[in-house]
Amino acid sequence: MTRNWQHQGWNAGKLSGIKPVVILPPIILDWFAARGWQPRRHQLEMLDAARDGRHALLVAATGAGKTLAGFLPSLNDLIAHPSDGLHTLYISPLKALATDVRRNLLIPIEEMGLPIRVEARTGDTPSDRKARQRVKPPQILLTTPESLSLLLSHEDSAYMFAALKRVIVDEVHAFANGKRGDLLSLSLARLQMLAPELQRVALSATVADPGDYRAWLAPNGDIDQVRLVEGAAAAEPDLTILLPEGRVPWAGHSGQHAIPQLIEEIGRNTITLIFCNTRFLAEFIFQKLWDANEPKYAIGIHHGSLSVEARRKVEGAMAEGKLRALVCTSSLDLGVDWGNVDCVIQMGAPKGSSRLLQRIGRSNHRMDEPSKAILVPGNRFEYLEAQAAYDAVAEGVRDGESFRPGSYDVLAQHVMGIACAGPFDEAELLAEVQSALPYSALDAATFARVIAFIATGGYALKAYDRFKKLVKDPDNRWRLAHPQFAAQHRLNAGIIVDAPMLEIRFRNGRKLGKVEENFAATLSPGNCFTFAGMALEVESIKDLDLIVRAATKPATNIPSYMGARLPLTTHLAGRVRQMLTDRPGWARFPDEVREWLEMQAYRSQMPKAGQLLVETFPHDKRHYMVAYPFEGWNAHQSLGMLITRRMESRGLMPMGFVASDYALGVWSLKPITDPQPLFSADILADEFVDWVESSYLLKRAFREVAVISGLVERQHPGKRKTGRQVTFSTDLIYDVLRKYEPDHLLLQAAWADARARLTDVGRLGDLLDRAADTMLHVDLQRVSPLAVPLLVMIGRESVAQGSVDDALLMEAETLAGVAMTP
Amino acid sequence: MAQDFEFGGETFEVAGEAAIYWRAQDALLVSDLHLEKASAFALYGQMLPPYDSVSTLQDIAALCSTYSPARIISLGDNFHDDDGEHRLAEPAAALLVDLARETEWIWITGNHDRAVAGIWGGKAFDELILSGITLRHEALSGDPNPEISGHFHPKFRQVLRGRMVSRRCFVKTPRKMIMPAFGALTGGLDVQDMAILKACDLVSGEVAEALVATQTGYARFALNRAGTCAK
Repeated sequence: MTRNWQHQGWNAGKLSGIKPVVILPPIILDWFAARGWQPRRHQLEMLDAARDGRHALLVAATGAGKTLAGFLPSLNDLIAHPSDGLHTLYISPLKALATDVRRNLLIPIEEMGLPIRVEARTGDTPSDRKARQRVKPPQILLTTPESLSLLLSHEDSAYMFAALKRVIVDEVHAFANGKRGDLLSLSLARLQMLAPELQRVALSATVADPGDYRAWLAPNGDIDQVRLVEGAAAAEPDLTILLPEGRVPWAGHSGQHAIPQLIEEIGRNTITLIFCNTRFLAEFIFQKLWDANEPKYAIGIHHGSLSVEARRKVEGAMAEGKLRALVCTSSLDLGVDWGNVDCVIQMGAPKGSSRLLQRIGRSNHRMDEPSKAILVPGNRFEYLEAQAAYDAVAEGVRDGESFRPGSYDVLAQHVMGIACAGPFDEAELLAEVQSALPYSALDAATFARVIAFIATGGYALKAYDRFKKLVKDPDNRWRLAHPQFAAQHRLNAGIIVDAPMLEIRFRNGRKLGKVEENFAATLSPGNCFTFAGMALEVESIKDLDLIVRAATKPATNIPSYMGARLPLTTHLAGRVRQMLTDRPGWARFPDEVREWLEMQAYRSQMPKAGQLLVETFPHDKRHYMVAYPFEGWNAHQSLGMLITRRMESRGLMPMGFVASDYALGVWSLKPITDPQPLFSADILADEFVDWVESSYLLKRAFREVAVISGLVERQHPGKRKTGRQVTFSTDLIYDVLRKYEPDHLLLQAAWADARARLTDVGRLGDLLDRAADTMLHVDLQRVSPLAVPLLVMIGRESVAQGSVDDALLMEAETLAGVAMTP
Repeated sequence: MAQDFEFGGETFEVAGEAAIYWRAQDALLVSDLHLEKASAFALYGQMLPPYDSVSTLQDIAALCSTYSPARIISLGDNFHDDDGEHRLAEPAAALLVDLARETEWIWITGNHDRAVAGIWGGKAFDELILSGITLRHEALSGDPNPEISGHFHPKFRQVLRGRMVSRRCFVKTPRKMIMPAFGALTGGLDVQDMAILKACDLVSGEVAEALVATQTGYARFALNRAGTCAK
């Protein structure tokens, strides 16, 4: 415990060389002094901001003592003015983090002997304690955005929050610009209305533009109301790119060629964290490490689909120092800090500089010493990306974050919660909602549609007026038509909507974790797969359970998960494009990479700054076109769908395409002589809508907005609806709604999601705009060096184009027919 | 024709994704319409789009303009709940009145609508025997007579070449035919589910198959006794 404490960065205050300002009460100063510590500059500045009655954003590196900086003003105030009601609300995106901070906050409170009660409230908190918390709240309550939203849906919330002084939002960089951020910004607006003197505080890792987060935090987006406090810069990390024997493979994302070096590295360090970009790769690398683990190091695995029990067990082993290495995913980007990690390894491409810095920060939490980190690129393009990330880290440049308007589905959930708390006036609530930055542009007409959606579904056909959920009071205020709707809302509220999953468990009931239904559908009894580092054999599949036993034969199958792709950030993509045009800069690359690029310049061409290179060449009796936009997999995938559609209508007979983060390849029976019209911007108008509407993308987006907005229930009192049932009904609802009311609010919300997240249409648009004037078309006799990494992916990751269900059915049927012939 | 198949000594045609046309009887067969399912949910606060009935009936009307059947037989679970037929409103109501006037509309009653009052026209039967084939809502175990029923909402789900293909399907055995659900908001049960296999009532040596409609006909898949699809 003490060790944890020190590594939170409390002790390093000695190094700041700043004398404590005597605004702190003796009890706190004595406590610092007893440890030979001093408050840090940014901790004191947070106290200043609080004393001046200002909101504040603290931006500091991991290990800078951010958490304490957030809480010090609360402790200070509670010592000076002891009070009984709820004083400070701490909000974390992670349930586990709230528990951890509770531990770390309780120690100083205990050691100072302060009469301050600190409690956590999450989805896991027992209901009797939840009920007690509402009647007799602690002075400091630790919670999540979802649990806060639920608290605000209770009739007594006005009473509970009336005396609230401070709200602290932790890890704000991790979720402010998503739907959970939308929900929290609405809750903050509500809290400010209930407690007008409330001070808002947010804690963030270093970000590209703190102004974005100040505006997000501020009431009415008024950036001047939020003071920016910056922590001292952390020591520069000791970053290297690992190239075993100078080799960089042509293809692959795993970095498995470096396994022997990884084993050596584990031996050199106390504890090594090995980050993989997907759960699939984490299982794969864990397996490879295990096969090569001659020294028998204790190695663990951690990812978001493991059962809570399995994760807690691994986390416990880490805390006790029992592991030498842990293979993990973004599941450990945030959360519990283990002070004794002294090396971080990133397998495959880093995808962005901010994420990489966050991961590097997992190692060595003493700010004065450099964190040690190693990048292991999986292929040659990934090497370029790793080099770009290396440069970005050296220059301290972060990826920019894009903020988007708040989602309607989240707003509907929030307004329903408000209605559960009591009657509201439409205009007053609109003003309150508009004070949350994501909803500042919301107009009265749209807000009225959101309310109509909650009340009756908001349909043009007024079929449900007699089933209204919200009705108007005589004094023109909206109120809940029946209290049962409040109970329903509280059971269904929440922002995270999982893909349909099956639970993996042994026959004795022990749960291992979850796989997606689509993967489970490929399994039959007797099949083997690897999960949680174990080879498992399927015994049976019952409803939503996949019953397994330890496999007796080796397993080759590893589950993959949807939505697991991190797109290459615009920032890193720009750097990679720049590196390709900077020929003198190639001198620092390993021979293999430099020769590859030089051969490309010789055999084809290298694009100049701002040019989009498109190559066409025949290969293996087909005609290929490869473009190199570097706009990330999502945008390239979308472009591949659109271009093959257009090629189809122009008689070019496309046969398939393959996309990576860097390039897009299309092949066809007829040659493409002029690629320009295929990349014209009108493809977004002509083919895009058609394609997205008929694709699974919009259905997937609709499923999420239907659940979040409360159109369909996540669970019924007493019985949880399975993910499968939800999928069925929302797909069917989507089809009916699209046919009869294509302008419905929820279809608009689904479209907004599909544009922003699933297709990356913004980057696609940029790409096409660029293509109009800057396309460099090179027609070749054979495949170019730059195209090789993409072409070797064909067969493994290529996508059949068009609506192929019928063809697949007929093909499968033929097989069955042969098998069935008497 | 590519859509034709034989059952119980008669010839049928797969009509669209979830209906069959019985040429000799000039009858269109549909099952599990679950009309007014959306409003049944709206009663309890889930405001599903109020267009499911009109969507379902328009789909039937479209099939009628292709086949011009003399009669339409709906094999039960016609309305989602007992009160459904009283909630049916415009524009769906007018559509149903038209259909029931232009054809001989036959309601077989199902477990969701024990007491169809027939207030929208048509005739109601518990079950019906036509040309030696029994039409009822739920398959009756041990009945040796050829039988066409609904109730289970069979759906074909399989990963083909890495892609999940999911579509409503018919189940056919030598003596039993189970129709998919026709209703716009009716979900499905995996055709491999034990409940469906049990309803097939197979004796040794018999095989059940799934018929999946495609644009040009239908695909057949054998369902073996262990409940897995032969690939």
